[in-house]
Amino acid sequence: MEKKLRRAMMFMPGNNPSMLQNAGIYGADTVIFDLEDAVAISEKDAARHLVHNAIKYFNYPCEVAIRINHIQTPYGVDDLKVVLAAKPDLIRLPKAESPRDIEEVDAIISEAESRYSFAPGSINMMAAVETAKGLRNAYEIATASPRMVALAIGGEDFIADLKTTRSKDGKELFVPRSQLLLAARAAGIDAIDTVFADINDEETFIAEVNLIKQLGFDGKSVINPRQVRIVHQIFTPTEKEIAQAGRVIAAYNAAIERNSGVINLDGKMIDTPMVLRAERVLAYAKSVKK
Amino acid sequence: MINAAGRIIPDQITGVAQVRPYAGPFATIPTGRMVGPKIRVNKPRSEKIVKSIEQAIEAAGLKDGMTISFHHHFRNGDYVLNLVVAAIAKKGIKGLTLAPSSLNDINEAIIPFIEQGVITAIETSGGRGKLGRLMTSGKLAKPAVIRSHGGRARAIEAGDLKLDVAFIGAPCCDSYGNMNGINGRSACGSMGYAMVDAAYAEKVVAITDNLVPYPAYPISIPQTQVDFIVVLDSIGDSQGIASGALRISRDPRELLIAEYAAGVIEHSGYFKEGWSLQLGSGGASLAAAKFIKEKMLAQGIAASFGVGGITAPFVDMLEQGLIKTIFDVQDFDLPSIESLKNNPNHLEMSASYYANPHSGGPIVNNLDVVILSATEVDVDFNVNVITDSNGVIMGASGGHSDTAAGANLAIVVAPLLRGRLPMVLDKVNTIVTPGETVDVIVTERGIAVNPRRTDLTENFKGIGLPVMSIHDLQRLAYDMAGKPEPIAVSDEVVAVIEYRDGTIIDVVRKPL
Repeated sequence: MEKKLRRAMMFMPGNNPSMLQNAGIYGADTVIFDLEDAVAISEKDAARHLVHNAIKYFNYPCEVAIRINHIQTPYGVDDLKVVLAAKPDLIRLPKAESPRDIEEVDAIISEAESRYSFAPGSINMMAAVETAKGLRNAYEIATASPRMVALAIGGEDFIADLKTTRSKDGKELFVPRSQLLLAARAAGIDAIDTVFADINDEETFIAEVNLIKQLGFDGKSVINPRQVRIVHQIFTPTEKEIAQAGRVIAAYNAAIERNSGVINLDGKMIDTPMVLRAERVLAYAKSVKK
Repeated sequence: MINAAGRIIPDQITGVAQVRPYAGPFATIPTGRMVGPKIRVNKPRSEKIVKSIEQAIEAAGLKDGMTISFHHHFRNGDYVLNLVVAAIAKKGIKGLTLAPSSLNDINEAIIPFIEQGVITAIETSGGRGKLGRLMTSGKLAKPAVIRSHGGRARAIEAGDLKLDVAFIGAPCCDSYGNMNGINGRSACGSMGYAMVDAAYAEKVVAITDNLVPYPAYPISIPQTQVDFIVVLDSIGDSQGIASGALRISRDPRELLIAEYAAGVIEHSGYFKEGWSLQLGSGGASLAAAKFIKEKMLAQGIAASFGVGGITAPFVDMLEQGLIKTIFDVQDFDLPSIESLKNNPNHLEMSASYYANPHSGGPIVNNLDVVILSATEVDVDFNVNVITDSNGVIMGASGGHSDTAAGANLAIVVAPLLRGRLPMVLDKVNTIVTPGETVDVIVTERGIAVNPRRTDLTENFKGIGLPVMSIHDLQRLAYDMAGKPEPIAVSDEVVAVIEYRDGTIIDVVRKPL
């Protein structure tokens, strides 16, 4: 199965009709309609209905996610009740701290899939880890449901939980990021980095995206369409990388055809990790929007 | 009658001597000769400086029914037009035609004088706000005449627009009338539109707040064309004339449109060493400059010249050697004015040199690429920049039709939806620029290439731009926002849209 790319997962406030209308035009791999932090308590009900209608009406050319309020708040269950009927691709749960959070959401989604005759398991889930406790349970959260496709780190809340402040190079998040990545990789799902709030500080944003790509993350949550282009540029493989990946796959396929166990390219042995890496490069290259 | 743009034009229009229908962008061939002002005489040691605007009005011989002109380089900081019209009203003169190169919101101050009959007709580039609404109201004695910048220069030189007295705000002027726009606290930069007025008006009055020792230099408008000089404490508000550098848009939708427009340019076939360009001052146009600059740097390409209303991003490209020369008819910000003052490769030009189609050749004819904006486009690629969705005049023609006709590649950028209104219609409410001179329409959701340009369609294949037919683009808009109802209008013609060659491409009828 072709890998689903989640390089830039773009947040859009769920209570802004104009933004909902244009959400699909910026090339983000995923748009996340937010019902949580971006929406005031007085507008929660309006927002969830607006998002429901937008998903049903607009044909978004990308993965459509909804960040619901936490399931333990007075809004989380109501969010799900309204928005699941529109069949979003993905539900993002904020502030996940235990596998139980995931199981509760999973059960509500299963019930909705049955009620609306959606294919079982067709709505995915991801969870944002935003506390030390959540990070400690990250692997269990990641494996609490087969719907889980990604773990994200929620940086701002995490930093508050750590009782520190955010530095330009993000050193305080180095260990949490790495641990979250390990949990996601162990569970076989995507790892998504936190948002970068200062949309005018392009230089630091670029440095941060380069860092998380090097760490191994699959993508980043973004809060502005201008950030999408930058993330895509950084995650897009170079021509040289694409060419080399193509050669690796070609050599691998040729070896399979002749039932050879030994794969060789330019005098170097090609092993399974190299093939997987090459597949990943080509998957990224294929989905690049020129 | 139906003109070549498919518009029904009345055979006779009040106040329009001869209704000449639009016949095609280059179909009308002029005859006759250019006009000129009466021969002047100025004896040695004569005095041009008069004590007040009132005295200048008297000295110029302004009478009921005459035509007065102004230039709009001071934009929303302009005091000159308002002061002169107030002074004319004080003197009891009535029935004038006001023929400025354009009007700004600040000029709303003259509305009471229009209502009093001091001004009864307007011939200009367009109108915004209250002035636009007034022009649409039918309160003027004859329909407003809307001309492009090139069309206005043509009309003056051909005698279609006869200027009796030109009032020219001069940021720097000497005692004999040599003037420029680059020095003084009211510096506006280029005086390109005023140059034509000065050359052809029967009488020319310079109004300055910066009288300098003779001779003023450099000379944008020479002493040989100036009759009287008035010195005031202030001719404009520098904040409204030109503020800091115009900034590149941060609106993600405008940036997306700009990115697509830059992609269109890159793959058009014109993007090569020595190409030429005009960018507007609108959000998407300015943002396109950012992306084009990146592409020029990456590919090591420099443009031979850039044209038009000049802005800081354009000047930045000049300074970096990405544009070798700038031809400047108007400046929009302080860095542009500074550049005109200091950079020898930044040249001032007249509106006629810029865009007059009936001349030895305006510079728009040498343009490879122009990016233009629109309030509406239609499936025939016609463009409206004058009236809004209610049929009210709210924009100006500027150099729109001039550059579209002249350039090899005319790109129109516009959002597909404004609020809940689709911007691609069956028929635009008012045609300003005919579709046969428009090559590509760029929106945030798709790009449509004029079917006449099969070469461009071919060039854009497989490069990742969202190219689609104009009908698909329209369908996309209608699917989201519905089909707008046509505006109900009366038979009363409130404005005439002149094409740059003097023919009538459309009329604005009074909305019901």
